[in-house]
Amino acid sequence: MGWMRRLRASWWPTDKTFDEEAQFHIEARTRDYVERGLSPEHARREAERRFGAFTLARERTADADSFRLISDLRRDLGFAVRMLRRNPGFAFMAVLCLTIGIGANAAVFSWIEGILLRPYPLVVDQQRIYAVTGTERGTAGNTDMSWPDWLDLQRSSGLVDAFIAEKITGTTLSVGDRAERVPGSIVSANYFDAIGVHPILGRAFRPEENVGRNSHPVTVISYQTWQNRYHGDPSVVGRTQMLNGLPHTIIGVAPEGFFGTFVGYAFQFWVPPSMQPQFNAGVYKLEDRSAQWIEGFVKLKPGVTMEQAQAELSAVMARLEAEYPETNRGRGIRLFPLWRTPFNNAGAMVPTLGIALGVVIAVLFIACANVGNLVLVRAFGRQQEMTIRLSIGAGRARLVRQMLTEGLLLSAIATVGGFAIAQVLRNGLAFLTPPRGGIVLRLPGALDWRVFVVSWGVCVGATVLFAFVPALLTSRVDLASALREHAGSVAGPRRAAWLRSVLVVVQVALSVVLLVGAGLLIKSFQAIRAADPGFRTTGVATTSVDAFTAGYDAGRARVFQDELIDRVRQIGGVESADFSTTTPFTYASVASATIAVDGYVPPKDQQPTAEYNTVGPDYFSTLGIAIVSGRAFTRGDDESAAPVAIVDQSMAAQFWKGTDPVGSRVRVKNDWRTVVGVARSIKSRNLMERPTPFFYVPLRQNPAPVVSLHIRTPLPPAALGQTLAREIHSLDANIAPGELITMREQVERTTASQRIAVTMLIMFGGLALGLAAVGLYGVMAATVAQSTRQLALRMALGADASHIRRFVLLRGLAMAAIGAAIGAAIAFQTTRLLGYLLYQVNPRDFPTFVAAVTVVSIAALAACVAPVRRAVRTDPIEVLRA
Amino acid sequence: MALRRRKPDALQGTLDLLVLKVLSRGSHHGYGIAADIEATSDDILRVEEGSLYPALHRMEHLGWISAEWQLTANNRRARVYRLTRAGDRQLAEQLEKWARLTKGVAKVLRFA
Repeated sequence: MGWMRRLRASWWPTDKTFDEEAQFHIEARTRDYVERGLSPEHARREAERRFGAFTLARERTADADSFRLISDLRRDLGFAVRMLRRNPGFAFMAVLCLTIGIGANAAVFSWIEGILLRPYPLVVDQQRIYAVTGTERGTAGNTDMSWPDWLDLQRSSGLVDAFIAEKITGTTLSVGDRAERVPGSIVSANYFDAIGVHPILGRAFRPEENVGRNSHPVTVISYQTWQNRYHGDPSVVGRTQMLNGLPHTIIGVAPEGFFGTFVGYAFQFWVPPSMQPQFNAGVYKLEDRSAQWIEGFVKLKPGVTMEQAQAELSAVMARLEAEYPETNRGRGIRLFPLWRTPFNNAGAMVPTLGIALGVVIAVLFIACANVGNLVLVRAFGRQQEMTIRLSIGAGRARLVRQMLTEGLLLSAIATVGGFAIAQVLRNGLAFLTPPRGGIVLRLPGALDWRVFVVSWGVCVGATVLFAFVPALLTSRVDLASALREHAGSVAGPRRAAWLRSVLVVVQVALSVVLLVGAGLLIKSFQAIRAADPGFRTTGVATTSVDAFTAGYDAGRARVFQDELIDRVRQIGGVESADFSTTTPFTYASVASATIAVDGYVPPKDQQPTAEYNTVGPDYFSTLGIAIVSGRAFTRGDDESAAPVAIVDQSMAAQFWKGTDPVGSRVRVKNDWRTVVGVARSIKSRNLMERPTPFFYVPLRQNPAPVVSLHIRTPLPPAALGQTLAREIHSLDANIAPGELITMREQVERTTASQRIAVTMLIMFGGLALGLAAVGLYGVMAATVAQSTRQLALRMALGADASHIRRFVLLRGLAMAAIGAAIGAAIAFQTTRLLGYLLYQVNPRDFPTFVAAVTVVSIAALAACVAPVRRAVRTDPIEVLRA
Repeated sequence: MALRRRKPDALQGTLDLLVLKVLSRGSHHGYGIAADIEATSDDILRVEEGSLYPALHRMEHLGWISAEWQLTANNRRARVYRLTRAGDRQLAEQLEKWARLTKGVAKVLRFA
């Protein structure tokens, strides 16, 4: 009970115990004295005298009753609150600056936490899980893995706990009368056990569900789907759910908050590998060693490093290559830490988040410099108070602590505000990232204790930056000289002025860096948007037509597609239209195949592959892809005609070395095809890619039930969409048309990372510039205020207004110039970190540097206007007489 | 905490010892303790109130004594202190220390 009361007394020193005790004491003694014969008044006086200094006794008792540290802190805090209340302008500015700085940091930390560090809620042992892709000798990128290879790896590895195969897929679920595209995943049967996520209802997959051709139509559904579609019905297990046109038995419900293992998406259902054909338009791949489709993870045994596992698995792949040269020549395997997973959005987000982090740290520094400046101004305003407190014996440590308490109070308030900002910005990334294929991306920030701890660390660090240094400076007062000279002209201000100038220089420098970054990214963004994808983007609309889900096989789908394309071509305003199996610039992976070319001998241990698209005869004219040699496909290139192909320019250059390929042959998988034409190279994933070998085969010689439909028309998609839906429904009411968008839109969706980076740098670059201008203004205003006497003297000695103007302006601009020079130098060294986000822009682009410096100079000039005006208005007579 | 030195010096220790001793004979309020010390020492020892109450509160927090508001014979509220078991042990310890101290001082005085 003792320490509790003591603790309470430390914070609320309102304990009246002593007063009552002392009163009783004095009265008792008075009574004693009266009994001994003194008069009541005399006795009372004598008793009080005997008691001695009442207040001292009370204070010493209170000291015994409280913890000194806490009561001091309370006193400091009370003092700090009073000081801030007395300077609401200062408090507001400081808290605002810090809130912006800390809030931006907390938001970016939360993104990094949610997307890179803890991307998969509920998944256990994430530190032992690594992403796996295939590799191909002679090429830089990553490939998928085949299921037979995957099983062989699993059988041969001693270091890996679990091989977790996964392939993103999707389906259309109807909710009421609205069809919704949802992402899902094909996962190996061990998936849920390996990642430690246990269905809250029903069961996970069983080993036998790994095997067979559509033999186990079972699914585990997400909590969200269970809630939205089945209203949390506890008897949902055992019911059937249509997935891609086939009824699946629901065997389990995943726990709440589990979204799967693919950054950016919230998966709604999972199916076992035996259902793979159903989700790959009927193509059975489980026994095909050449079919690469798995993006997987390995969970290593405890204590095994990534390098050890990499070595072991590479050895297994080398053995498989020797055993199956036909399919595995040149095939390898590569492990990645989760945060660098190449096949989901994590890999794409790393540079963006890196830049975001750099930018917000710079903003925090600028904010701290600003607050530091404000604190310094105020600290020297309080110089006299400090001097007096020191001279009457206050410890210097005590003064520093007092100022630190004020600083901490400011940053604590700002941290709370910053967390509110971070909460708002949590989903900012998803907001800036457009939906892909109609599926909204899930890129949440996570505001957990780790983010909180880091933010607090930032807060304390900031406090030390902006409060501790000024506190040390101002408390180091030479008492003797300070008291001798008159107030306000102690040695401090000169040192402070110097420090404040340094702070402004730092701010200006950082602003220049951010502005240069913003400028480069804007330029690059413009270059990207102006880049030619190689096909028409205006006046071309694109959508998908999925007949497979409605139960069509490839043969029936062909009939349906023929009827549909005839109807579409007759819609008013449609100039041309045709199908392809993949649309450029979608996330859907581009098909690739092993090839051989007449007369081309590949390096001994390599097996050439090329990506391809399966297209209708009017595909090239609809998308405006020029045929530079030979011819396009015709309706005659069908299943009964000789197999043909069209190659693109980069394939022609790589495999035919300058001779015209038309007329020669290329082997695709096992068919030899005659090359009938050469098409202009186009970009197929994003605007920044370099051309890689690409070819086309006719849709009729390689039929597919799921196709994209491209329509060349001046009509806007909204107008065309309804007509198109009507045509499709009149052919088959079960086929739902996909989202109809322009090619332009399709292309722009791939520039999300650049757009995020540009948005962020413009936003924060502008903010930084504003803060720096405020800082410069503050310093200039203070400089003018402090040098009134000097200015007055100059005026009295005959300096005119223009001289004064030049004198003040030069000081301000000198600071800005030094800052700009340092900033430009820093930017010169660091802009290459923007890496792949810069497209066709030199990271040391001279005009951008000039522009950034110019903008900063204008801001600096603007910041000097008011102080200069005040300086010119100095009245020498009044000042010198005072 | 270390900002102010508050090591119990000899005098402080003496006051603690006296208070504990007085309380070992029965509970008392603050004035009672002071009056008892003065009376038993024939007014040789006078207790400074400026030291007494801080000492009482400190010993209370240390758990050597406990306090309770009680009504006195003439119906006044008084804070009455009582020795705890820990205080009892403390008293024994301090008595022994005191005995050793006086013995030492006596020896020095005899031979110096």
